[in-house]
Amino acid sequence: MASEVLAKHLMRGLLARCLRIHVVEAFLVSLGVAALYKFGVAEPRKKAYADFYKNYSPEKDFEEMKKVGIFRGIT
Amino acid sequence: MLATRVFSLVGKRAISTSVCVRAHGSVVKSEDYALPSYVDRRDYPLPDVAHVRHLSASQKALKEKEKASWSSLSMDEKVELYRIQFKESFAEMNRGSNEWKTVVGTAMFFIGFTAILIILEKRYVYGPLPHTFDKEWVAMQTKRMLDLKVNPIDGLASKWDYDKKEWKK
Repeated sequence: MASEVLAKHLMRGLLARCLRIHVVEAFLVSLGVAALYKFGVAEPRKKAYADFYKNYSPEKDFEEMKKVGIFRGIT
Repeated sequence: MLATRVFSLVGKRAISTSVCVRAHGSVVKSEDYALPSYVDRRDYPLPDVAHVRHLSASQKALKEKEKASWSSLSMDEKVELYRIQFKESFAEMNRGSNEWKTVVGTAMFFIGFTAILIILEKRYVYGPLPHTFDKEWVAMQTKRMLDLKVNPIDGLASKWDYDKKEWKK
């Protein structure tokens, strides 16, 4: 039977190594997800609100709605 | 009356068990499944018992030789000792299989079968949709929502161009 010499297996510190890798990976993944959310969802939403209210006039809005005729109390 | 009969049955069973125990000299024979057993598990690397329980003559001789210095054992003997102790190596017990294909296929089959049932249900069982789902009604409904400026920042009215009176591109 041919006896090939295998490389020596890593026998110790397996849990520590596993934990270290996964803790780093978890940290990076959560940072990435948070950054994606901030720049994909939060910032566009804040901008949309800012843009809407920049030139918003409630009186003008009300006149537009009254002209279309959705109010029942006034015409 | 019924309760006392039930209790007397239980009592009889208890008495007969203890009689049996006394007859066999207080040695209770355990069933095979109640004794410590061998398992091939990744998270239980050293099982409670060896894999081979009843050794043959040559295996018994090998076990005697194991009590001496291990450097006198040949490679084949070491493997033989391993196989007496363990059924499958870690590599063997962790091997993958094609079971996932069966599982996924069966799941998709049953989902498809359910889809057929739902189609038949819609066609033969359900009544007509309410009139509020008609195209004309939905058009009137949407116009009213735009007039009310529903969700003007992120939602429906934000997608409508009020100057050109059309949906924003």
